[in-house]
Amino acid sequence: MIPFEYRRAEDTDSAVAAVEEAPRAVFLAGGTNLVDHLKLGITAPEELVDVTALPLDTIESTPDGGLRIGATVRNSDLAASPPVRERYRALSLALLSGASAQLRNRATTGGNLLQRTRCPYFQEVTTPCNKRSPGTGCSALHGHNKNHAVLGASDSCVATHPSDMAVAMAALDGTVHVRSSRDERTIPVTELHRLPGEQPHRDTVLERGELITAVDLPPLPEGTYTAYRKVRERASYAFALVSVAAVLRVANGVIDDVRLAFGGLAHKPWRAGTAEERLRGAIPEEATFREAAEAELSVARPLADNAFKIPLARNTLGAVLRDLTTEVLR
Amino acid sequence: MTQDVGSGAVGSPVERLDGQAKVTGNAPYAFEQLTEGAVYLHPLRAPVARGRVTEMDTSAAEAVGGVRAILLAGQVEQLDTRDRELAVLQSREVAFRGQYVGAVLATTPENARHAASLVRVSCAASPPDVALEGDRADLYAPEVVNPRFGTDTEQGDTDSAFEEAAYFIDRTYRTPMEHNNPMEPHATVAHWDGGELSLYDSTQGAHSVRATLAPLFGLPTDRVRVQAPHVGGGFGSKGLPHANVVLAALAARSVPGTPVKFAVTRQQIFTVAGHRTPTIQRIRLGATRSGELTAITHDVVEHTSRIKEFAEQTAVPTRNMYRAANRRTTHRLAALDVPVPSWMRAPGECPGMFALESAVDEMARECGQDPVEFRIRNEPSEDPETGLPFSSHNLATCLRRGAEGFGWYDRNAPARSSPDAAGWIPGVGVAASTYPVFRSPGSRALVLAEGSGRYRVSIGAVDIGTGARTALTQIAADALGTEVSAIDLRIADTALPYANVAGGSSGTTCWGTAIHEAAGKLRAEHGSAPLPGASAEGETTSNPESGRFAMHAYGAQFAEVRVHADTGEVRVPRMLGVFAVGRVINPRTARSQFLGGMTMGLSMALHEEAVLDHELGHVVNQDLAEYHIATNADVGAIEITWLDEQDPHVNPMGSKGIGEIGIVGTAAAVANAVQHATGVRVRQLPITPDKLIS
Ligand SMILES: Cc1cc2nc3c(=O)[nH]c(=O)nc-3n(C[C@H](O)[C@H](O)[C@H](O)COP(=O)(O)OP(=O)(O)OC[C@H]3O[C@@H](n4cnc5c(N)ncnc54)[C@H](O)[C@@H]3O)c2cc1C
Ligand code: SF4
Repeated sequence: MIPFEYRRAEDTDSAVAAVEEAPRAVFLAGGTNLVDHLKLGITAPEELVDVTALPLDTIESTPDGGLRIGATVRNSDLAASPPVRERYRALSLALLSGASAQLRNRATTGGNLLQRTRCPYFQEVTTPCNKRSPGTGCSALHGHNKNHAVLGASDSCVATHPSDMAVAMAALDGTVHVRSSRDERTIPVTELHRLPGEQPHRDTVLERGELITAVDLPPLPEGTYTAYRKVRERASYAFALVSVAAVLRVANGVIDDVRLAFGGLAHKPWRAGTAEERLRGAIPEEATFREAAEAELSVARPLADNAFKIPLARNTLGAVLRDLTTEVLR
Repeated sequence: MTQDVGSGAVGSPVERLDGQAKVTGNAPYAFEQLTEGAVYLHPLRAPVARGRVTEMDTSAAEAVGGVRAILLAGQVEQLDTRDRELAVLQSREVAFRGQYVGAVLATTPENARHAASLVRVSCAASPPDVALEGDRADLYAPEVVNPRFGTDTEQGDTDSAFEEAAYFIDRTYRTPMEHNNPMEPHATVAHWDGGELSLYDSTQGAHSVRATLAPLFGLPTDRVRVQAPHVGGGFGSKGLPHANVVLAALAARSVPGTPVKFAVTRQQIFTVAGHRTPTIQRIRLGATRSGELTAITHDVVEHTSRIKEFAEQTAVPTRNMYRAANRRTTHRLAALDVPVPSWMRAPGECPGMFALESAVDEMARECGQDPVEFRIRNEPSEDPETGLPFSSHNLATCLRRGAEGFGWYDRNAPARSSPDAAGWIPGVGVAASTYPVFRSPGSRALVLAEGSGRYRVSIGAVDIGTGARTALTQIAADALGTEVSAIDLRIADTALPYANVAGGSSGTTCWGTAIHEAAGKLRAEHGSAPLPGASAEGETTSNPESGRFAMHAYGAQFAEVRVHADTGEVRVPRMLGVFAVGRVINPRTARSQFLGGMTMGLSMALHEEAVLDHELGHVVNQDLAEYHIATNADVGAIEITWLDEQDPHVNPMGSKGIGEIGIVGTAAAVANAVQHATGVRVRQLPITPDKLIS
């Protein structure tokens, strides 16, 4: 671990200023991802600006009936909060399916969104990796790529984004609030993370020094049901092979509103727009779910070890919608 | 040999004597020793899998505060060894990625790690060869397989028998490279002082570490002392000292008088602490119309490293599990640019019985017979390999009792039932377990009467978390006709009488026999109330009955699985193990051994797989986030029982080893249950969703 300065920011202005001033300063939240990276030598910041004392640790209802989640709210607190459990069950389920209780007690909203890929080559600094060291190549492309992307990848990088929380927030149409010393802006969760393209070292559209302050979730109309299903290789404490977040409302026997996002398939939470389009207005039944999933996945491009993700994603989407429909009609 | 009933201490569920100290953090492990003035070691590791180090630039590292010394391959004192795993830093050749090529010593672990990251290691590299295939041209037959079994066996004429067989199967099973990951990573504190080397090491054998290190460093054995007061698991990976221990001692020699602390990181465990070889196992079985096996062949291909051979005895259990007049077993190795494989819980039996017990299940189905009855029908009446009678053989009883307890006969007869409302398909499976009774000569124990009915019992054995400390105390109490509380047991130090390594499930046999002998002598020579100061020594000899009997432990394991119809996820809500292991010294700690073994077997069945990158040559998933081991949530109800087995031939206690048999057969029971649930036979571990998704 390289020597670094540590500073605990008391207010957002000084936090933002501190990172902007020092060219190699970064924000530190729960540290469950960043500190690992310091130890592994993946990153070598000269200053850590701790944001966990900032007044961003609240969960509040917004005037329109939605929810504002502060950037430093711990994952376990968010998962347990009554409005989340009652109104945004998919988010609570997603959080609880992630990591372990100890990690969730430390991890924050902002840190979870910005956690980096678990690609094992990215984490081993003696291997080529375009994301870690631009221009060195992608070891996973022809290496071990069972856990890698089947949607939206490039030859430069086939990594997936590991967050469960972000997948639920993408399906729930969340919006990220960001501020820098110059301005504040909002970014839909679905547009926060990038596809790798030629610049896989850039995970998100954030500029250096931009601080995430909150995530807003819009209200869900009466009669809307949400779910999160994570498929993984062990019952707990494993990243998703595939996950699905779903929001569903059925009116008069047809699908009135549906929002779907996949995790584990791409460099970002994958909002399944094509599938949603097919389903909207349709009668909720098994064959339709399958067709919609297949339409979404028709652009998938498997690597040597991960072709199984395509049928797995299709089946999981089908299973989630089937279960949600049963619940809606009950 | 007679069993002795003693004071009744043997057989009672005594709580672990060190349990409280451990859970309250008062049991110091190796790394916690000698903290005053110590320096910390961080190794330099080869960034390529094959080639040689051409240059190491240490200028930036030297400038880091607190750096005390930097050791570089090819520039250290010579070690006296031909063992190339242990010839640490002796040359600049690189035999596998991650091999130690140097070390930095600094006053804090952080500075050592940071300085190590600044050393620029340049290499001349060539593409590594790490891919094991069954048809490689360079496969060779090792001289023996671990520890000293014949490489191949052949009885009868298998080819003709297969031709004549009413039923015949020919199947290939694969198990992946697997890594022992004890809770406590490998750690050593090494201290050179006045020409003496003392070590605190996380090891399964204090004396074996000494026996290896003393000649390596050109020291008489009495100038090396090794202590291992508490060890947080080993599973074989601490059975032999690996390169990390040598590196710590080598580094300590460069800073005499200063203790050097070296805790291997979790990532390094995947390259320096041994592993289980991947296996490719072809099994052919022939059977008569009535389901009697007539021929068995088991041909195994596995890897070893280029610098040191380790040949896992994967087909050995097939030599005496089932009756068949015609039989062949073979082992072939490919020497690759991979880290050095070694012991991992039940080497041989564990992967071998996955294949054999899967194949037997397949054959039972082929013959239309119940897998339990099929196994019982094919039991040998004597050891098929040697013709010797078994000292005890109670597999059939284990199978029958297990079948009853599990509800085996109530299961759905046809494979593939329909999913429940949540999409889960149930299934059940069975497999047999076995493990040989090993006993090595040479362990010695000293019993000293301390007066007032108290005894001090000394033996250099190590308790690696199994409960040996407690079991040995019980054996001593029993043999001395007294209470557990009257025994002051001293272990885990080479200053105490010699003890064999905790391995081969033979610790209790080897150490307990020595204690038993010493206690017997003391009582014979000094009566039942010896005066303070009276003492006697006992030594374990080879088992005089080993030429007259075949000695094995057996078990039967049953597993219930649920497989998700949509996702291929496998859950194992229930397992049952019934074992015949001779006399159980301590039911409480024994149960933990079986539970742990079956849990590790479950982990092998569903999760564990180290993946080698074919171009870079390293284990890609080299941490516990990526190398999956079963979590609590994966482990359902596990019920353990055992028979009241009497075996007067194995040792004076009548006990067989219990440390390893629990892992043997579990994976096959799970695979057989998955087949029962889904109709899909998974012949390649682990059984992950990708293998079941359609
Ligand atoms: C063993 C293990 C298993 C895990 N399993 C899962 C899993 O199954 N599912 C899952 O989703 N996650 C999993 N995780 C990841 C875990 O969720 C993340 O590590 C955690 O959410 C990161 O949050 P943090 O607050 O600790 O972030 P930190 O580590 O502090 O920071 C992460 C990144 O975010 C930046 N950052 C933090 N806060 C802000 C902010 N407000 N504004 C701008 N930048 C910011 C930091 O600079 C850093 O780059 C696992 C982690 C581990 C170690
Ligand atoms: S997939 Fe991306 S993160 Fe992984 S090695 Fe390739 S470039 Fe690096």
